[in-house]
Amino acid sequence: MVMRAYVVMAVALATAAAAKDKPAPPPPPAPPPEIIAAPKDPWPSQYKPYPARTTVIRGATIYDGAGNRIDGGMIRLDGGKVAEIGAAVAIPDGATVIDATGKYVTAGIIDIHSHLGVYPSPGVEAHSDGNEGTSPARPEVWAEHSVWPQDPGFSRALAGGITALHVLPGSANLFGGRGTTLKPVYGRSVQEMKFPGAPYSLKMACGENPKRVYGNRNQMPSTRMGNIAYARQLWSDATAYKRRWDDYTRRAQAGTAKPTDAPRRELALDTMMGVLNGEILVQNHCYRADEMANVISMAREFNYKVTTFHHAVESYKIADMLKAEGICSAMWADWYGFKMESFDGIKENIALVHNAGACAIVHSDDENGIQRLNQEASKALAAGRRLGINVPPETAWTWLSLNPAKGLGISDKTGSLEVGKAADVVLWSAEPFSVYARPMNVWIDGALMYDWGDPKRRPTSDFELGQPGVGEVK
Amino acid sequence: MKRLLLTAALAATPALAAPTAITGATLMTGQGDAVIANATLIFDNGRITAVGAGLPVPAGATVVEARGRIVTPGIIAAASDVGLSEVNGVRESNDSAARQSAFSAALDMSTAINPRSMHIPVNRLGGITRAVVVPDSASTIFGGQGAVISLSATGPTLTRARAVQYMEMGENGARLAGGSRPAAWAQLANMLAEAQRYAANPALFDRGQDSGSLAKRLDAEALGPVLDGRQALLIHVERASDISEVLKLKGRYPAMRPVLVGAREAWLVAGEIAKAGVPVITHSLYDLPDDFESLAASRNNIGHLQAAGVTVALGALGGIGGTAPFNLPAYAGNAVAQGLVPGGKGLTKGQALAAITANPARIMELADLGTLAVGKRADVVIWDGDPLELQSAPVAVYIDGVTQPMTSRQTELANRYKALGRTDLPLQYPR
Repeated sequence: MVMRAYVVMAVALATAAAAKDKPAPPPPPAPPPEIIAAPKDPWPSQYKPYPARTTVIRGATIYDGAGNRIDGGMIRLDGGKVAEIGAAVAIPDGATVIDATGKYVTAGIIDIHSHLGVYPSPGVEAHSDGNEGTSPARPEVWAEHSVWPQDPGFSRALAGGITALHVLPGSANLFGGRGTTLKPVYGRSVQEMKFPGAPYSLKMACGENPKRVYGNRNQMPSTRMGNIAYARQLWSDATAYKRRWDDYTRRAQAGTAKPTDAPRRELALDTMMGVLNGEILVQNHCYRADEMANVISMAREFNYKVTTFHHAVESYKIADMLKAEGICSAMWADWYGFKMESFDGIKENIALVHNAGACAIVHSDDENGIQRLNQEASKALAAGRRLGINVPPETAWTWLSLNPAKGLGISDKTGSLEVGKAADVVLWSAEPFSVYARPMNVWIDGALMYDWGDPKRRPTSDFELGQPGVGEVK
Repeated sequence: MKRLLLTAALAATPALAAPTAITGATLMTGQGDAVIANATLIFDNGRITAVGAGLPVPAGATVVEARGRIVTPGIIAAASDVGLSEVNGVRESNDSAARQSAFSAALDMSTAINPRSMHIPVNRLGGITRAVVVPDSASTIFGGQGAVISLSATGPTLTRARAVQYMEMGENGARLAGGSRPAAWAQLANMLAEAQRYAANPALFDRGQDSGSLAKRLDAEALGPVLDGRQALLIHVERASDISEVLKLKGRYPAMRPVLVGAREAWLVAGEIAKAGVPVITHSLYDLPDDFESLAASRNNIGHLQAAGVTVALGALGGIGGTAPFNLPAYAGNAVAQGLVPGGKGLTKGQALAAITANPARIMELADLGTLAVGKRADVVIWDGDPLELQSAPVAVYIDGVTQPMTSRQTELANRYKALGRTDLPLQYPR
């Protein structure tokens, strides 16, 4: 295992350092064996938070994103983190104090399914970079290498209260490639937008799209059984690849393998091996209940984990199974009927999944929907209520923040307003499940990145500069 | 009394409901921002017969106590594909477009409307009572003739066949006409000239047609009602310069009733549009430069248009993912919210409701729909809260005075899967 290789090296170095303090020098330790490994993060984030002022918001109703509500609460943002939250917090000298009486504060919204940057606006063919539709399996491609950082959509998402988003390849392929978590903070490169420390995902797809795309070319897969067979073969190949690396690593640690004995890196299989090693999370586009069940069986066969089913319009049919498997569902509030596999979509889906004790997430998959995920959650909440499922609004906010953070492997860093986590915060003009509510302020890592009342705190992408309508409130 | 008899006679076709009195409700009538508190709304034989605060209830009427409820006119989807397409992605169930057809303007959507579509109950549960059903253009810039339908469970479904003609200009029109905007304008000029020639003398049309003419007889015939204004001409157009060009049609064809659809950049030329008296069907949520004809898109669009005096309606238009008519009230609510943003231009609640009731009726010249007024068809919705709010829903829907079932295929699915526990038989058996 690649991870183990690093651990072994670290232990060897620590032993060497400790040895220097001993009075009687032992024989010099053998140099650690040179072990080749696939790099974990060769394109690291270069995001740096913008300057954050110590800020205290008081008088607000707070939905903390973890399911808690504080009426007339206070929160202090300090050093880019949530420093204190509760009925009362300390107000340091020089802090910016915002009276939010009658207003609402929530954890920032996280969209686990976006194509901003890879299918940017304007949606011209030259910008169509989301599907490497040249083979059913393209796990070697990374969505971040398609992201256009000047997509105007990032500014709209920010204005909708988004503080992190996961950009995925499309669903033309069974294996679409790696997804990347970004912050809606404009950068000159995608590296400057990457969420530090967020794991990669592998976008997978089942159902109609892959079989249609390749079936139309008279290639495999042209059927659902073809989808599964093709995917199983690839998982088998990935398992063999991992075995070669594990074997090489063991031999290298034992000093019986030279660096030139390391297996040739296959970028596609690197991604798959990352999944098998638990380092890369599977985000699986899948609509129908029976197909999700098939994917679960495939994941068991090859010993990997599906983190989240996306779209999942039939999760309500297998909510108990999803709970038992610990798999999240990322869903729309009311999209249905636009393609055969969405025929059984219902408005109660999200509430039913939640009610079964499974992990529910509201996602967009849409450059418009991402601007109003609070509204989607609101509709889902109401649909559940009409079915007799009463979810408090502060609980429903977990669908927008903590649950997607879990689904992205970043819940230790963001997703709820807990002390020590990132100050990713939205101040709303009204109860945020109301159609009349809008974000007034959005903080990312404690920095005020959006202010509805201050044009200097509203970004304009390069593309929109000098174009008709620039400066108009969008 | 005379008036009542008159309206009853007119309404003989659609409805046979007993007189109904909704009492104690707050009425949003679709006209202006004033509401009527503690109102009584009476309808009989499918028509509204009385509206006012605390009116006496006629003897024998069915009384619907609606204290604390809000009552509105039925919502009218100003543009949609309800009943025209069952599953968009399943081609054989989708009659929205006909790319291989030899005809275009002649295509009559009323021949395809399916009253048993699953989408009709789904949208009715959202308070939608009528829809303007329009095609997509696929073989020429003209898509064909759209219909106005009722979403009533008991019918009749067709309110008005061939109510509108639909066409594309702008980028889509350019593509359909061969590759450029001038090509689209040439196609339009040619088709309308042929329509005039047909109207002048149908019998001579075939003989006089030179071999190079691109107009089919049926298409030329179908455009007659566009020229004389019997049909509104819905023109999908986005860019401000394209809109200005479309407005010139009024000068060339004085009887024509053009309606701008989409119109993302309309706010840049709002004064021109108002001066031309051309209405707009748009969406409240367009705010991205989706393409090079919508660079100036802003959610302020609709507020600017309203302020300029343009008649504005909201349609279930494309470009917004998951768009469905049942979301129209929430889209209207978003237009109100836009006015609350610093620098934002929005609508009042009354204006927003009118954009999904009175205004679409006015644009389509549906004189007996769109407001809660005496003599109108009794399309009435009783809501459990602010109708523009996300969490509100109808508790009762009346179409032509007939109370509607409050179930759909979706509610049946939800009830089937509400409890997943295993019992004596699979879930697919009735329980």
